[in-house]
Formats: sequence, C-alpha cells, structure tokens
Amino acid sequence: MKNFKVLGSGCKKCATTADLITAKATELGVAIEIEKITDMGAIMGYGVMSTPGVVLNEAVVHSGSIPTPKSIEEWIKS
Amino acid sequence: MFAIFTRLADWSTYSVLGLDPETHLAEAVHFFIEDVTKIFFLLVLVIFAIGLFRSMLTPERVRKVVAGRSRAVSYPMAVGLGAVTPFCSCSSVPLFIGFLEAGIPLGVTMAFLIASPMINEVAVVVLAAAVGWKVAVLYVVAGLTVGIIGGLAIEMFKLEKWVEEYVWKIRMGETALQQGATTLKQRVDYAWGQVKEIVGRIWIYVLVGVGLGAALHGFVPQEFFLKYASADNLLAVPSAVLVGIPLYSNATGVIPIVEALMSKGVPIGTVLALMMSVAAISLPEMIILRKVLKPQLIATFTGILFVAFIAVGFLFNAILT
Repeated sequence: MKNFKVLGSGCKKCATTADLITAKATELGVAIEIEKITDMGAIMGYGVMSTPGVVLNEAVVHSGSIPTPKSIEEWIKS
Repeated sequence: MFAIFTRLADWSTYSVLGLDPETHLAEAVHFFIEDVTKIFFLLVLVIFAIGLFRSMLTPERVRKVVAGRSRAVSYPMAVGLGAVTPFCSCSSVPLFIGFLEAGIPLGVTMAFLIASPMINEVAVVVLAAAVGWKVAVLYVVAGLTVGIIGGLAIEMFKLEKWVEEYVWKIRMGETALQQGATTLKQRVDYAWGQVKEIVGRIWIYVLVGVGLGAALHGFVPQEFFLKYASADNLLAVPSAVLVGIPLYSNATGVIPIVEALMSKGVPIGTVLALMMSVAAISLPEMIILRKVLKPQLIATFTGILFVAFIAVGFLFNAILT
C-alpha cells in the first residue's frame, strides 16, 4: 500500500494538501495510508524547507505548494 | 499607459452610477474602481510574466547558493534573493532552520527574512504604476539597505543565544531539489499556478487597501494631513511606523494607501516608512517566528527595524522635499 506523508507545520495549505490526496485516492478507489508530519526535525530530515511537502513511500515528490490534482493522480497511480 | 483604467473609472463612476464628480463619494468610488482594476490587471500580468522566467527559484536553491559565502557577498545576496524568492510565510520556520543548518549566519538569515515580505517584484511594479518609478526605486533601495543593516545589527549583538536551542540540533536531510520546468507548457502551467496562488492569497489585502485608500482620498481633507503629517511634525514619521507595526498587509495591499497619502501631500519619507512597517513587521509573522526565536530576539529585531524605518522616513523627508 502506498504511504503518503504531508509535511508542514500545520498551516492551512498543508491540511488542504492532505485532504486533496485523500479525496483523490477515494475517487480512484485506491487504498492509501496518509499521515501529517508536523515535527520540524522530521520535516527537515526529509530535506524540505518549503511546506507543504509530500513524501511518497519515503521519497520527497513535492514541496513548496499545494500540488496539482494531476500530480496527485500520478502519485496514486504510480 | 494606464489611462484606460482612469477612463473605465470615469465611465463607471459618472455615467453608470451617475455620481456628481464634485462629491466626496464620487472621488472615493472613482479611486476604488480605478485602483482595483489597475492593480488586479497588473498582478495577473506581472506574476504570470515572472513565473514564466523564474520557474524554480526556491528557498532550497537560495540556501545552497548563499551557504559558505563571505559576508560581503552573502548579505546583498540574501536581501536580493529574499525580495524575489516566493515562499509562504508558514514556511518561515523551516526556512530559518534550514539556513542556519547550512551554516548561513543568523544575521544573513534574518536579512533574508526582513527583505522578503517588504519587497517583491510585483509590489515594485504596482508601486511604480501608482506613484512613479522614482519612488519605487527608492523603496527598493531603502528596503534592501534596511534588510542588510538589520541583519548586521543582529550579527553584531551576537544574538545567536536567543535562538531556541532545539534549532541548532536539527539536522537536515539531503535537500531534494525539485526539477525545474523544462517545456514551455510546464512553464506556462507553473506561471498560471503562481497567479492563482498569489492572487488567491493577497486579494483581500488589496481590496481592503484600495478601500482604505479610496476613503482617505475621497473623504479626508488635505488640510488634515498638512496639519498632522507634514515634514515639520517630528512625530509624524515615528507615529506612522508605530501604527504600521501591528498592522499587517501584503506589500501590494499598502500601495493604494501610499498613493492616497501622497496625493494628499504627505511627504514621501513618511509614506514609505509606513509602507515598510506595515509590510515587514506583523503580529502573525512574529507568532510564527516565535517557534524558533526567543522573545528577546523578537523584541530586539522589532526594535532595530523600528529605528531603521524611522531613519529611512527622516532621511527621505530631508533630501526629497
């Protein structure tokens, strides 16, 4: 199962990002795990400075903005 | 160049709404319509154009570029890149930690964070369109200088002791630099995404700013400003800066107020000091930075900027009136 982590200090954009991923996975009927990482040490551990960041199976795939629906779909299908 | 917005405002105020040009209400409505249309037009245009060329200027890249440089290079670089690198204020904390972790001095990091909200290319273009290039250039030069001076002061006072201890313990993972956009379509998508992102974030500041500017322009008589905000009143600049500290707006949102105040004859130094203070120092930003800075450092930082903005105000009032 795909594991998503949304990195961010708890700002609105980070919550939106997590919601978008969850909604897209439901829409595509794919089961995923998703967690929000708010601990600064853990976020920086991924090498991400601009939030929200997205980690897919422990690899950073995105940072600095709310991702587009298209890229979310690609991650879920990948 | 912007006459079309004046004509649009003429037409909608006098013909469509049928307001008498001599009234205060008409002046305010005219200002509002002209500025709202002009500013949003410029916002979309400038953000899109810059987005096309600057697809991937990210804080991660800035960190790599600035780390390990001598101070003579890193300070100017930090304020310059601070002005043009887009990042959401909720990223201030990871950005701050990331810079320090890369060995970038506290002063240089703070210089970046001071310049960043105060100057950005969109605000500069809108400011130039509203009050002329001369004022816009002065604002940029003053803003960059304040950023450097603020950073140097923090370095001189050796304020590292007022950074929260945990910050120094965080180790950053290998920075995953995002791939830049390569095809034209990717660039256009990125630029359009930036327009939506930035306009979506700041439209409310712009509307409120234009509303206040319109009210000042239409309803507050010039005599009021001549009496209280002339260059002779030594309290005008400090008061302007003090008023601006708790207030927060995006830099672009302050511009209609700048425009209205200047048209009422408020001296340029006073107006620019107000603009810097509103854009650079704000309560929400302090609360965010409190996660990494102890209260003493936040107070010192605010104090340094307070003095610097007042100095800018007096200096410009002295040499430009």
